[in-house]
Amino acid sequence: MNSTNQKNYHASHKPVIWSLFAAGGTVTALLLPALIMLMALAVPLGLMSADLFSYARIQDLLSNPLVKLAVFGIIFLSLWHAAHRMRCTMHDFGVRADGVVAILFYGVASVMSLILAVALFF
Amino acid sequence: MKQYNGHFIRPADKYAWYLKKPRYIPYMLRELSSLFVGLFSCILVWGLYQHSQGEVAFNAWTQLIWNQLFWLNLLIFVFAFYHSYSWFMVTPKAMPIKFKGKRVSGVTIIGAHMLLWLIASVVVFTLFVIGA
Repeated sequence: MNSTNQKNYHASHKPVIWSLFAAGGTVTALLLPALIMLMALAVPLGLMSADLFSYARIQDLLSNPLVKLAVFGIIFLSLWHAAHRMRCTMHDFGVRADGVVAILFYGVASVMSLILAVALFF
Repeated sequence: MKQYNGHFIRPADKYAWYLKKPRYIPYMLRELSSLFVGLFSCILVWGLYQHSQGEVAFNAWTQLIWNQLFWLNLLIFVFAFYHSYSWFMVTPKAMPIKFKGKRVSGVTIIGAHMLLWLIASVVVFTLFVIGA
């Protein structure tokens, strides 16, 4: 093998971010419209009783560790999907300061993930 | 025309190019759906945080999202719905499937995803109402 033909492969964070984006996009597509309808719209539209959304009832639902884990997973993936897509969209809107944009959106996603974990598990 | 290394560059409006052709608009709306997806994720994180702070804090959150934030949530729902729709419409390109050596048709792949979306939505409501 001629050394000039060798490619230099280097580690990239792209597969990690991309897999979070793709998994997040799918989970979001499957579940988010239902979650928005359920949590934010069903009661004001008169489709469901507000009693179903009492503190005690939510407490009861979240007492199941599987529910907790699912809630964490869904919101975590949605956050990172949105953060990555917004980073790319800022480029489409003509913002070329990608470093700053990445820090901003991934920063918000990190902080939100941390608050989510603390609220659910601590 | 501008030149770069001897190549001509087509001048493009960096900030408003997507307004030039009607077919760019759905693309931009699709990408922009992520802003609303992110916003609602943050609203849910906020609600779970409020829940961890006790009953008064949690009830304040539900009252706020059901009253003052109702129209915002409706807008979020429209964009989230468009995200789902557009996400599943590209699945034949993003995830081509072969079955017994033959390519599965795009309509079948899209249909299967839409059906899965419907089932997942029903499951979310059912689990919430009966209490998982």
